[in-house]
Amino acid sequence: MSVLAQTALLRRRAARRRSLAAAWKMVGAAALAIAFLLPVYWMLTTALKTTADTFAVPPVLIFQPTLEHFRGVYEEGSVARSLVNSLIVAASATLLSVVIGAPAAYVLARFRFRGKSDLWFWIISNRFISPIVVALPFFLIARDLRILDRHIALILVYLTFGVPLVVWLCVDQFRAVPREVDEAATVDGANIWQVFLRINLPLAMPGIVVSAILAFIASWNELLFALVLTRSEARTAPVEAANFMTGFGIRWGPMMATGTLIVLPVVVFAISVSRSLVRGLTMGAIK
Amino acid sequence: MSKQRIHWPAVSLIAPAVIALLAIGLYPLLFALDVSLRQYQLSKPYLGTDFVGLQNYLAVFNDPLFWQSLLRTAQFFALTVPAQVVLGALIALFIESLPWRLISFLMRVLLVVPIAITPTVVGLIGRLLFNRDFGFINYLLSLLQIPPVPWLGEPVPAMLTIALVDIWQWTPFVALVMISGLTLISQEVLESGELDAGRGWHFFWKVQAPYLLPGLTAVLILRTADILKLFDVVFVLTRGGPGVSTELVSVYIQRVGFRVFDMGVASAQAILLLILCIALSRVYIRLFYREIES
Repeated sequence: MSVLAQTALLRRRAARRRSLAAAWKMVGAAALAIAFLLPVYWMLTTALKTTADTFAVPPVLIFQPTLEHFRGVYEEGSVARSLVNSLIVAASATLLSVVIGAPAAYVLARFRFRGKSDLWFWIISNRFISPIVVALPFFLIARDLRILDRHIALILVYLTFGVPLVVWLCVDQFRAVPREVDEAATVDGANIWQVFLRINLPLAMPGIVVSAILAFIASWNELLFALVLTRSEARTAPVEAANFMTGFGIRWGPMMATGTLIVLPVVVFAISVSRSLVRGLTMGAIK
Repeated sequence: MSKQRIHWPAVSLIAPAVIALLAIGLYPLLFALDVSLRQYQLSKPYLGTDFVGLQNYLAVFNDPLFWQSLLRTAQFFALTVPAQVVLGALIALFIESLPWRLISFLMRVLLVVPIAITPTVVGLIGRLLFNRDFGFINYLLSLLQIPPVPWLGEPVPAMLTIALVDIWQWTPFVALVMISGLTLISQEVLESGELDAGRGWHFFWKVQAPYLLPGLTAVLILRTADILKLFDVVFVLTRGGPGVSTELVSVYIQRVGFRVFDMGVASAQAILLLILCIALSRVYIRLFYREIES
């Protein structure tokens, strides 16, 4: 065999090996996608199956979808109300966290003062405290203030993780804004609030948005505080969903329809901003 | 050193955060400390709320259920975190090795999904998939001729179920952290490493592993905090049962406080948990996070 033919053969073999590896990688990617999406798919299909199809063994993969569970859940009203409650609480808590947390982050990023690192640590450490530690006394306090089962109780208590989250992520963001910008503005006669609001805030917007998204998702998903601090009027969606587990006979269809309604907005939200979300989640982790 | 002046405008910027966290972060803790030193039975208000000194703490120290719940929490950590780290690293390396940009991007988006899903709903889905009679997991096992497992009906399988659900939900987070570590490796380092070691095991240890390490420490910190907090998934899946076999520490304290209604003892437990949280986070943050000193 000529040398030319031999190299051609080798090259073909290498190409085949490469395409084989590529095929395996495709398989791996598909397997991963199935592993992570199957539970979500199962929730969605159970919400759309008739009760008989839900209990079928082996599970039916092709079925006539029905909207009866969604309709039932909608007509009952309590799920819809709980979703509205969740939206009110999560949006207010997020907004307040940013309004309170962003200026604090700016000061921690810009100024030098005694006890700064202790102050920073104290703010951040709120993130590490187990919610049950706060939930017990907060329940008693809320009871005395007569704000049990009101939105305000949850909004306030959600600041215990919202504010630290915003401070944590935004300090980095403000430090990335060059100090000279501040100095130039100060020379021009701007006071610190103007420097913060007009110059730093717009420049740090990406970080603020990321922290707001994370704070919103955390508030939307929270169960323990909501379970303890609400009964009926201000009950949020996770509590409503957990309530399906009490009583006799689980109503799988309505339960999964409710789960879908709770999860869908956050998942769509998270996917649409996944790039910045990943940045927020992993920020600080890899410095 | 010049005399420090108070910069009032700066104080006005940071004050809202400090006041808010004093009011909703610190004050409740002091309140809990006070309650933990009193007799405080919510269901028996006629008993009053007398000061009882350290009696609640003594009760906690002598309560085997409390220590068991802490031990169980540690077991849960051992059951989930190593698996999450190994799987997360494998997934990260796999996604980094994908030759197609679009697919590797889609995989990253995919990893966000489990993290964003409401844990309560994750628990409900777990109930569905791990159902003894018609759950998908037992159906898969039946294909392998394995008889149905009562996943949520017996202690060990119940713990395993919660661990599996936790692994499903949080491995993607670990993978994302590891991916962002891997993307920091420069092209030159990659190429020279490949020349030295080829691809494969050696390449992993010499070139990639060092970039996974910082992420690993962060993962350990966050997972520790999360597992000490873990409540929703357990509450929905098992309520701590069967018996007390899956009662992790947060679930146990919630039960004592809001189902037994013994606020005094529950507060004492909460204060002890708080001390543990603070000690751990102090160690972790001091060790691994650069502080702001610019």
